[in-house]
Amino acid sequence: MSPRRRLPAMLVTGLVLFGLMVALGILAPLIWGDEADALTADIRQGSSGAHLLGTDALGRDVLLRTLVATRLTLLMALCATLIAVVIGTLLGAGVVLAGRFVRGAGARTIDLLVSYPPIIIALAITAIFTPGVVSVVVAIGVAFCPQFARLTNTLASSVSARQYVVVARLLGSGRTRLLLRHVLPNISAPVLVLSSVGFATSIVSLSGLSFLGLGVQQPDYDWGTLLAAGLRDLSVTPVESVGPALAILLTGLGAGLVGDGLAKHWEPRQSVRPPKLRRSRGRQLTVPPVSTAAPSGDREVVASLRELQVSAGGAPLVRGVSLDIAAGEIVGLVGESGSGKSVTAMALARLLNPSLTWSADRLRINGTDLQRADLSAPTSLATDLGVVFQDPSSCFNPALHIGTQLTEVLRVHKGVPRRAAEKLAIARLREVRVSSPEARMHQYPHELSGGMRQRAMIAMALLSEPRLLVADEPTTALDVTVQADVLRLLHQINTERGTAMLLISHDIKVVSALCHRVCVMYAGRIVEEVSVADLRAGRVHHPYTKALLAASPGEDADRRTAPLQPLGGRPPKPGEVGNACSFAPRCPLVMPRCLEEDPVLLPDPDGGSAACHAVDSELTVAR
Amino acid sequence: MTGPETGVRTTDAAAGAALTVPAAGPGSEVPETSAPARHRTAALWARYLGRRLVGVVAVLLVIILLTFLIVRFVPGDPARLIVGMNATPDQVEQVREDLGLNDPFWQQLGSYVSGVFTGDLGESFVNKQPVTEMIGQRLPLTAQLALSALAVVLVLGFLLGITAGMLDHRGRGRAFTSPFTAVTSLVGALPEYITGTLLVYVFALSLQWFPVQGGPGFESMLLPALAVGLPPAAVLARLVRNETLTVLSQEYMTTATSKRLSRTRLLLRHVLPNVVTSTLTLGGLLLVALLGGTVITENVFNISGVGTAVVQAILRSDYPSVQGVILVLGLVAVVINLAVDITLGLLDPRVLSRRTS
Repeated sequence: MSPRRRLPAMLVTGLVLFGLMVALGILAPLIWGDEADALTADIRQGSSGAHLLGTDALGRDVLLRTLVATRLTLLMALCATLIAVVIGTLLGAGVVLAGRFVRGAGARTIDLLVSYPPIIIALAITAIFTPGVVSVVVAIGVAFCPQFARLTNTLASSVSARQYVVVARLLGSGRTRLLLRHVLPNISAPVLVLSSVGFATSIVSLSGLSFLGLGVQQPDYDWGTLLAAGLRDLSVTPVESVGPALAILLTGLGAGLVGDGLAKHWEPRQSVRPPKLRRSRGRQLTVPPVSTAAPSGDREVVASLRELQVSAGGAPLVRGVSLDIAAGEIVGLVGESGSGKSVTAMALARLLNPSLTWSADRLRINGTDLQRADLSAPTSLATDLGVVFQDPSSCFNPALHIGTQLTEVLRVHKGVPRRAAEKLAIARLREVRVSSPEARMHQYPHELSGGMRQRAMIAMALLSEPRLLVADEPTTALDVTVQADVLRLLHQINTERGTAMLLISHDIKVVSALCHRVCVMYAGRIVEEVSVADLRAGRVHHPYTKALLAASPGEDADRRTAPLQPLGGRPPKPGEVGNACSFAPRCPLVMPRCLEEDPVLLPDPDGGSAACHAVDSELTVAR
Repeated sequence: MTGPETGVRTTDAAAGAALTVPAAGPGSEVPETSAPARHRTAALWARYLGRRLVGVVAVLLVIILLTFLIVRFVPGDPARLIVGMNATPDQVEQVREDLGLNDPFWQQLGSYVSGVFTGDLGESFVNKQPVTEMIGQRLPLTAQLALSALAVVLVLGFLLGITAGMLDHRGRGRAFTSPFTAVTSLVGALPEYITGTLLVYVFALSLQWFPVQGGPGFESMLLPALAVGLPPAAVLARLVRNETLTVLSQEYMTTATSKRLSRTRLLLRHVLPNVVTSTLTLGGLLLVALLGGTVITENVFNISGVGTAVVQAILRSDYPSVQGVILVLGLVAVVINLAVDITLGLLDPRVLSRRTS
């Protein structure tokens, strides 16, 4: 917390409002105390110059009475809040430091108390004592204890598990000392926030009880009793209610704002705005980029993408990616996180987050034109394209049965009856080697293991027999043993059914094991495209691809955790990319030209292509 | 019973960690046929309900004990309070005898508890009417008000919240977000008695569309229901908006989007169940709080439900009536909490296997 940071506007407004009320509470009774009690003959008058908010049934000025009542109302709310905070906090925190049994039973009791309406607890307490200032303050104070007890209990439990408290306990600090020195100071901020909110609630509840006649009794008066009088006279002098109602509202609002403002002040992450992104003002490329599309032979193209641009708030995430996938082909897209590979895949599948803007010169899947960003994707895409996501644990809807989710596309888009669709789904689950598929259909996602969920996800993606499967890091979230299994499954599907795939991975080994062709992405661009044979043989050209290969360990090492240690530096952030080659800062072969002109993909003699000035000049020399 | 602070939003990963039946490896989560799966669900439900019922019974016992203690805690002599300062010692003694105040503590408690279970809550000190009868007459009206308010809260809260969330998610709601927050904060902070007074003034006194006096029937119930329901509806709307935004940004919504479903289907099948679940987890207390609002609002609209009865009873030191009404309100709160928990269990099967509540 930096001392210079500006206080949130909320907090300032709340403090000002609250400060005004406190000043009024101190001054008003001194100045207008007697005048507010003065009886006049002008009973139940409307708003006038002499009585701005009218007069009550005894001819007393309502504005003055409202102002004078500030002191009693605030004092009562203050006392009630103090009772609630002190008893509640000690109870909540004390329970934590007690023995194990008390801790468990105490937490449970507090839970039960919280789920009981405070106003009814307050009613029971006012019933015990005769209605009056003291009884109503005690009633509201006690009624709100559970809220504070709950908060401090939750907070203190987490604090007391921290090491310094454990150490202090081991060093023999007594319970009281632990509570006062170690636990309470560390939970004071949230308790203060809740206290402000509690003060607002106290004002409202106290006034409510007074309004019912159970609080302050004549001749004393607070805002609640004034409002009750206003309600009685509502048909004659409606203006009589305005003063007390506004006073209750404004004070409640002020205290609430202080609470919210404090919370915001202490948890600034909520209000931090995303940093402004620099927009690159790069020259337009004059050399037309070579398509990475190299469909082997004359096979039919299942997916075709040209010049995809995706940006987030002006910062480019993908900068002109073109890609073709032929029927039966597995294309891999590799790169570090943030290279734009997932964004490319999601754009291809028309699943981009709506906050991102995108455009493409061409986007076709299975002959369907999907290029218009302003039109929602046609329903045929649901059956033409299957998608397998990275984290199977979060990709199934937790509230629906596996079976319901699997069969949904068939039932909704193909009109397959439920029974038939379930049969198909069970067959597909069996194919992807999910054990006891009939039972799985009636289970919820959380009842399956991660590997099972990913298989079910693949089964779901395949159920409508799509010609293209987009798999976004399908193995990253899985155990190593399960990873190989899932990769084998994808390979099998490709060979048996001829399903084309776009496989996204940060792991060049995974990609080289499964794919026919690999595209390497860096900072939103494809920098090299290479056949898997060349990749395995190490016949790559771009220095980044070389670094990736050099950085990944052999088959026997743990592939998942292998860091890209030999490759120093970090990829540029979106928006940091200018005219230069985005890899230049990390490139061992960097030349002056690299800082002036971003290279484009050019074919290399091995049949692939690379976007690198160094490679380009080397080839030129060779020719 | 889940409250705002411990109602931890469970991501799927966290839920996975909290499962009592861990899904650790491929072999560990194998119910071979569907029959054991059903048995397991039944067992989970039995345990879930069992744990809640223990809580319910505990709370009921505490409520019974506390309502009993109301009279014992009264400073001074309750009998003296009843008969007044001018009564003779004989009269006071007579009342003490009638109330059983001269019996030993445990005997008094025993007869109170047995009275509660046989539906005998004593007689009103004021008019000698059996308390059970009084509550029987007045409770339906209170229930009607509370349920109407509940309808207001759920319909308004969810409609506004989901609409605002969907608009915001698509980036269309930017201009709409601040006014939404401002209005819902303001309305949410309004106490029922101010909302009620305002509604009476505008719609009953000025426009004369609805009667000032609340009572059974749509016209006389609408204003009171709005007075009770509007503030929590505003709070709920904010909650629902946040939850909708959270749900919409979940990965399973991308999966659902990849199915290219109609907007209605997406909303009803994929968004709503999850929004309801997380909202109920956080906002279940709002529904219980409606009870308090009902008690206060009955007094604004002069509705002859248990809320007006309890206030009158407190003012007249009519202890049997106070005890009876508070007991019944406590019972209703317990029932609402239980209903919320059961609804949660039905909507989100994960809560069944969550270890702590």
